[in-house]
Order: sequence, then C-alpha cells, then structure tokens
Amino acid sequence: MKTISNIIPLFVIIPLASAFLIPLIGKKKKWICDLVGALTTFALAYLSVYAVHLTRMYPNLVYSVGAWKPPFGIAMVLDGLTVFMLVTVNIVAFTIALYSINYMEKFTSKWKFYTLFLLMLGGMNGVIVTGDIFNLFVFLEIASVASYALVAFGTEKHELEAAFKYAVMSTVGSLFILLGIVFLYSYTSTLNMADIANTLAGAGNPNIVVMISVLFIMGFGLKAALVPFHAWLPDAHPSAPAPISAMLSGVLIKSLGVYALCRIFYNVIGINPALSSILMFLGALSMVVGVFLAIGQWDFKRLLAYHSISQIGYVILGIGLGTPLGIAGGLLHLLNHSVFKSLLFLNSGAVEYSTGTRDLQKMGGLASKMPVTGTTSLIASMSIAGIPPFNGFWSKLIIIVAAVEAGRHGYAFWAVLASIITLASFTKVLKYGFFGTLKKKYEQIKEVPIFMKLSMIILAAICLVGGLLLLPEVNEVFLGKASNAISEGVNYGIMVLKDIK
Amino acid sequence: MSKEHDKGMSVIVKTITRLTVGLIMLYGIYILSHGHVSPGGGFAGGVIIALSFVHLMLAYGKEAALKKFPKSATSFFESTGAIMFLSIALLGFTGGYFFLNFISKGEPFKLFSAGIIPLCNIAISLKVGAGLFAIFIALVLLRFESENKE
Amino acid sequence: MIIYLLCLVLFCEGIYCILRKRNIIKIIIGIIIAEYAVNLFFILVAYRKGGRAPIFSPDAQITNMVDALPQALVLTSIVIGLATTALLIAIAMRIYEKYGTFDITKIKELKG
Repeated sequence: MKTISNIIPLFVIIPLASAFLIPLIGKKKKWICDLVGALTTFALAYLSVYAVHLTRMYPNLVYSVGAWKPPFGIAMVLDGLTVFMLVTVNIVAFTIALYSINYMEKFTSKWKFYTLFLLMLGGMNGVIVTGDIFNLFVFLEIASVASYALVAFGTEKHELEAAFKYAVMSTVGSLFILLGIVFLYSYTSTLNMADIANTLAGAGNPNIVVMISVLFIMGFGLKAALVPFHAWLPDAHPSAPAPISAMLSGVLIKSLGVYALCRIFYNVIGINPALSSILMFLGALSMVVGVFLAIGQWDFKRLLAYHSISQIGYVILGIGLGTPLGIAGGLLHLLNHSVFKSLLFLNSGAVEYSTGTRDLQKMGGLASKMPVTGTTSLIASMSIAGIPPFNGFWSKLIIIVAAVEAGRHGYAFWAVLASIITLASFTKVLKYGFFGTLKKKYEQIKEVPIFMKLSMIILAAICLVGGLLLLPEVNEVFLGKASNAISEGVNYGIMVLKDIK
Repeated sequence: MSKEHDKGMSVIVKTITRLTVGLIMLYGIYILSHGHVSPGGGFAGGVIIALSFVHLMLAYGKEAALKKFPKSATSFFESTGAIMFLSIALLGFTGGYFFLNFISKGEPFKLFSAGIIPLCNIAISLKVGAGLFAIFIALVLLRFESENKE
Repeated sequence: MIIYLLCLVLFCEGIYCILRKRNIIKIIIGIIIAEYAVNLFFILVAYRKGGRAPIFSPDAQITNMVDALPQALVLTSIVIGLATTALLIAIAMRIYEKYGTFDITKIKELKG
C-alpha cells in the first residue's frame, strides 16, 4: 500500500514542475508551451480517473510527506470527496487547456499564460489533496495570487480595474481564513485536520469554536462567492480572457470555496443545526439574488457570472441540508455546474473570437454560421435550466426533493422559483444570441478553430451523459463515496489516523 | 533633470556603495548557509542578496545594475532555483517518500549536517533573490516606459 | 490579554484603511497593516510563560522554550504577503497608466 500511495503527491508535483519548466524552454517557440500544457493536463486527468479506481480497493489512502508521520508531519489524504473533486477539476482543466491553444493566439505572451495557469492548477490540486490546515492555506494563496494575475492578463482598462477589486477583496478573505487558523491552532495546538477533529470532538462546543466557524464562513464564503460576499465576481469573471473565466467560474470557486467549506465544517469542526441553517440560508439567498440580478444583463459573460452565484447557492443549499440525499444532490450539482458553466464561458469566448463582441443585443442568428458553438450552447443552456434528460435536471431534482423531505418547504419553493427564472434568462440568451436573424456585418464569420471545437464537444458530451452518474453501480463507486465521506462527519479524524502508529 | 537621475546619486553615496555592496552580499551568503544552525535560512538570505543588487541600482542608476545582472539572467536563475528545489524534493523518492531527508544527517551544529536542508536553502535563496530583483526591475522599467511615452 | 486586544485594534485599523480611503496606494498600505497584525497575533499566541527563544546551541540546557511552529508558519505567511503586495502594486501602477488617476471614485468603468 505504501508504493501505490506515491501517486498522491504527483497531483501537485506535475503541474508545478511544468509551470517552472515553461519559462526555461518555452520562450522561443509557441508550440512547446501548448504541448507542455496539454500533456500536463492530460496526465493529470488520467491520474485522477485512475485514483477513482484506486479508492475502490483502498478506502482511505494517507501519504506522509517526508516520512514524518501525522500529527507531526504534513499528510495527504485521498478519500471519496477528494477523488470526486480531483476528477472534476482535472477533466475541466484539460478541456480548457485544449481550448486555450487556439484562443490565446490573440494575446502576446503565451508562455506567461501557461505558467500562471499551471500554477493555479497546482494550487487547486494542492487544496484538494492536503490533510493539513495550514498547507491548505498556502495552496489556497498560490491559486489565488495566480488567478489575480490571470484576470489582469490582457491589461486593458476594465481588466485591471476588475483584477484590483478582486485582489483586494480576496486578500481580505484570506486574512480572515488565516485568523481562523490562528485561533484554531491556539485552541488545539495541532495543524493536522484529522487530529483537530479528534481534539474538538472530545471537548464539547466552547465559544471559540463559534468564533472560528464565523471567521471561516466569512473567509471561505468570500472565496466561494456567497451572497453577501459576492461583489467581486460580476467584475472579475467577465473581464478575464474566456478560458480563465471558465477556469475561475468552473473550478476555482468550487475547489477553494465550496470544497474547503465542506471539509472544514463537516469533517473538522462538526456540523450542528445552527451551522446547517446558516449555510442553507446563505445558499438560498445566493440562489435568489444571483438569478434576479442576472436577468437584466445584456453582457453575455456578466450574465453567466451572475448565474454562477446562483448555482453555487444551489450547491451550498444541498450540502447545508445535511441529509445524505441533500449532500449527494449538492455534490452532483457541483460537478454538473463545473461542466456546463465552463462550456457556456467557452462558448462566449468562441463568440467573442469570431465576432469581437459580448453584447447580446448586437448579436443574432449566430447558430447558422457557427453550428458547433450553437449546438453546444443549446445543450449547456438546457442543462443549466434543468431540462430532462441533461445533467442539470437530475441534480436540481435531487436537491429539491431532499429539501422537501427534510421539511424545508420554503427553501424548496425558492429553489423551484430560481430554476424557472434561470430558464427564462437562458431563453433570452439563446433568442438574442444564437437564433433569430443574422445581422449584416456578421455575414463573414466562420466557425472557430479545431481545438476550441474539440474542447466544447468534449464538455457537451459530459453534459449529456452526466445523468448516468446516478445509476446504482456508478453511484456507489463515485458519488456515493463522496457523500459518505462528508456524512461521516468527525469520524474522518479516526478513519484517517487509524493506520498510523 | 532625468539625465542626472539616470547617472545615480552623489559621489559620497557611490563611494560607500562600492565599499559595502560586497559585504552585504557576503552577509547574505552567511545567513543563507548557516540556516540550519541559526535563525535565517533561504528566504532571509535570498532577500539580503537581492538587496545588494538593488543597492547598486539605487546608487548608480539602472544601466549599471542591469549590466551586472541582466533581465534574462534573472529569469533563468528564478526558474533554476524552483526546479532545483523540486528535484531535491523528488530525489527523496529514492528513499521512498516525497521530500525525504535522504542525505546523511551528520552531527548537529556543524556546517555540513542536516541532510537536504542546506541545499534547499540555496535553491530557495536563488529563487527569492532573483524574484525580488525581477520585481524591482519590472516596476522601475515600467515607470521609465510610461515617462518615455509622454 | 491587553496585547491581544492591541493586535485586534491594529487589524481593525488596516480594515478601516481598506474600506474608507480613496487612494489606491493607501488601500494597499491598509492590506499590509492588516496582514502585519495577523502575523503579529500568530507569534504572540505562541508565547509560553517564562520561555526563551527556540534556538539550540551546543551548550544549551533544555529549559522552557516558546512554541517554535508558529514562527515557521509566519515566515511562510510573510512571503505570501510579499507576493500579494508586489502584484497589487504592479496592478496599481498599470491602472495609473491607463486611467491617469489613483482615485478609486474615478475608476468606475464596470457597472451594473
């Protein structure tokens, strides 16, 4: 078992090594950076699918870095939730790396883009894989700082302003997280998450744990863009280049925000009814506020950014319910949202690549000239609106059913309402953007190049078969393991440390 | 007015700089190499080494400092430091674990002891020193670019 | 006890600078102050009564030492703060180049 668990640090080593190699070898010719980027993300995607296969044999793999046993050393843990998030992040990152081979031709220095992109990916993988709370903070900062630089990549006016706002607010969020870690360390005097879980389980619920929970909700809620901490998202996500918008909205807010919230509030601190109702309230608030603000937007990417806030509200509502069905629904919606929101942002990037505009009122009838983009956009819009048999329908259904089962009829009502308004909003996008009459100045546009088409088709295919994750055999190996890892709560501490002597 | 700024500061500052720059760098190397027996280590040593180049740039103007340490060398040293650090960590795989301390540890308080830690300190100081100098160059050159445009 | 409250006052001062100042450079200085306050708080938490600096020397008697782990963690945190500050300053300089002002009430192109 020791030799097979050597795979765990590879998720961090491979992107970091490639990110450090690219400035040395990639400055002269552009195709080297493309090749390194595509190969790295392909290797990571393959490894994450292999890790799914691994957790069937070994439920909890713990890797001690440098042979220092936890709780003295840093531990890397691979359990059901970790593997679920790894698959989500790496497969979406692979398609985005393919897409940016063609899209980033318009920018000047591709090697800078790939370095920052791989650094961000390494940071996100590190957040998911680690089992030590300060290590989580360090990787979170690596990914965040790389994303500030990526939002400002084109150095136009509005990109710089959005990057500055995003950087300041996100730094304040990180300060709150660090303050929470300081209080947690001063109370438990250990940094290993499993050890903290064991210590807190035996100590009751002192007031300092309440303060730590509040600080973590503020900090990680700001990273995950929950309302009222969402104000950076509508500026930062539209201004970034399209593959970076897809990366930020599709995986960064989930890996840094939602995953860290789940891990800390379920496995380390332990869920209680007060915390659960706070999470559900914030989730429902995000759902409603996001979708009402989204409907009046005419900028394609800004509309998608507001919808991100709304869909993350769905995920937090599902996870905050606490019942196994709710958690499974929330996690499935997390995977689905990564896939279809990335696809929608890549579509908007393809539209901007061909026509040069993001304003919906200026577009029209593009589906006749760009068939692949139009079809994939139709699939993604039907997914996000929750139309059967696409994947969005299944996850929203499970969340609503779980809310009704738990007796929270009010939340279920708001969820249905938000879903209806999402459908209306995307009907507007499709009508103004893709179907309708073609304006005269866009007669000459062509379809996007091959790699962009390929990445969009891959994501659309995942959208189509996403519902199959609920079949019983697939469920117990992938989604069921992830929701079990959350529902077992503070037993995480006992299960991770039990093999270490 | 900007021509005088390009040429650097007054004669007194230039003389003292010529005397002390070597001492500053030597001090940085001392803190870096004794990182495992006394406080300091890679980051602090790297910062002090970078400061010696910044001192040169402040006293003599940017051309003199860039002649000693051009931009391409900065980028090269930065990547080399990072890759050295990662390969030392990967070499730990020979002992079975990532980041294992696989060189013999020797006796405490000697200079050649504590396994991989002095090598890691050198790698970190390369990266931090080159990185800080690159940040300084980037901010200084940016200012001159926008002044030249007007 | 009073020293922890003073750290909290420093942190609140940093947050006040971020919230209420109109110049971009002052906002960045506010971030630096708040980060400094959190690092200081971390080190102060690690104090043990009657402890000395956690440095071994060849003729040392192993008596009461303060907690050494937060000192390593704060070193990492200072480096992270440095990287963030450098990036923020670079963005601020480019904003000045494009907008011509450092006043955030005039840098309001993104709306809605």
